[in-house]
Amino acid sequence: MGILQYAPQALKNLFLPPVTTSYPFEPATYPEGSRGHVDIDIDNCISCGMCTRACPSNALSVDKMKGTWTINRFDCVACGFCVEKCPKKCLSMVIGYETPNNTKSEAVYQKSPEVLEREAKQRAEIAAKAAAAAKAKAEAAAKAKANANSPSETEPKA
Amino acid sequence: MGKRSVIPFGPQHPVLPEPIHLDLVVEDERVIEAIPSIGFIHRGLEGLVKKKDFNTMTYIVERTCGICSFQHGMGYCETLEHIMDVEVPDRAKLLRTIWAELNRMHSHLLWLGLLADGFGYENLFYQCWRIREKVLDLHELTAGARLIFSVNKVGGVLRDIDEDKQKIILNTISEVEKELLVIEKTFFNDYTVQSRLKGVGILTKEKAHELGCVGPFARASGLNVDLRKLNYAGYGMIDLEPITSNDCDSYARCYVRLKEIYQSIDIIRQAISKLPADKTISVPVKGNPNGEFITRLEQPRGEAFYYVKANGTPYLDRMRVRTPTFANVLGLCEMLKNTELADVGLLVLTIDPCISCTER
Repeated sequence: MGILQYAPQALKNLFLPPVTTSYPFEPATYPEGSRGHVDIDIDNCISCGMCTRACPSNALSVDKMKGTWTINRFDCVACGFCVEKCPKKCLSMVIGYETPNNTKSEAVYQKSPEVLEREAKQRAEIAAKAAAAAKAKAEAAAKAKANANSPSETEPKA
Repeated sequence: MGKRSVIPFGPQHPVLPEPIHLDLVVEDERVIEAIPSIGFIHRGLEGLVKKKDFNTMTYIVERTCGICSFQHGMGYCETLEHIMDVEVPDRAKLLRTIWAELNRMHSHLLWLGLLADGFGYENLFYQCWRIREKVLDLHELTAGARLIFSVNKVGGVLRDIDEDKQKIILNTISEVEKELLVIEKTFFNDYTVQSRLKGVGILTKEKAHELGCVGPFARASGLNVDLRKLNYAGYGMIDLEPITSNDCDSYARCYVRLKEIYQSIDIIRQAISKLPADKTISVPVKGNPNGEFITRLEQPRGEAFYYVKANGTPYLDRMRVRTPTFANVLGLCEMLKNTELADVGLLVLTIDPCISCTER
């Protein structure tokens, strides 16, 4: 038992510089691989919606027609599960935390017009192909039915 | 004999950021009985499992607690791995052990700081938290975040600790060990610290056993219980002996937790030396879980209990977590009997309460 156990450390403290960083006057340092916030390479996004289904805090939403990817930064818990789930790997966790705000605003990412146009064209092509295939199928079915009907009509007579 | 009266402690009290309410029946300045009530911040985790995919739930379950987040994620994943018959690679098991022990170091350093703050030793409080900061930096370096790891998944872990990082971990924990030796003297020998801790809040071994106390709180009462001996995660490959004390008072609780930091440092060294060369850190998991299982593991605060019941769909039927504080609240109320009213704040701290986890 003693009363001056802490004295050496206390004396040292008098002459040591502060251990804290006076952020924001000095820049903060983050190690590589720090999960700061989610970033998106929006033009590679295929709007599949895997990230919205994976998100534990329902912070993400995707609009395929408008080509937007929306994140509520204040709902996001930066777990990185969307990044892991993304099939096109266009999501990534980047260094740096979100700045504070007094409203729960959403960040909306919009695909560029060229990408939207290309996607619309692709969709139209796919739709046209599907329509053509459906038409062909319907015609084939009608023909088969006609073929099937004619022998069945003749068979009992014979 | 003085007149009895009831003094409320909490739900909001300066020693704790979390809400626990105790009705203290006092006679003069002496506490005769303490009646606890919890449940101020229930969050309904058990209902949420029915709405979220079991993989997504990993990230929600580990947010049960901000301090021992890693063990929560690990407990949940291990339960599901048992149900789905998944064998996790050895490297992943040892990585889990390393992270779990880093988590324990940071939790115990946080508690030592809070204890010092509780008995009014501000300078010691800041010293503990200064050391803790180094451990938090290791968390950020290895897992990407300072408190919530998010590195667990069903079937393994998401990140590897490469050799450069292993070196940084070993160097940092050596520094922590050195700095801890300096403040350890103050905790163990200082007159002011001893006058607040020695002989205060005695919980006998029999009572601790009877009330089902867990973790360092029970070990400080002489019970040799440490679930790390059950060999979950990588603990089967690690050599460890539980730290116990027979003093049964607040000083013993401080002793056990401080010594456990050294034990964690030792376990991390062992785990890093035993990391296999095979870099596989996870195995693919197919299908959905079907069945039920119970896992128990040792958190910084004691035994945590996970129960999962799955039905073959991506949504679980039931999930239950019992956190160590829930088991220790009864011990706390027993310990508070016959103590001074002025000591109550400090004694509530000595069980290392985590009320918000208890009410997930």
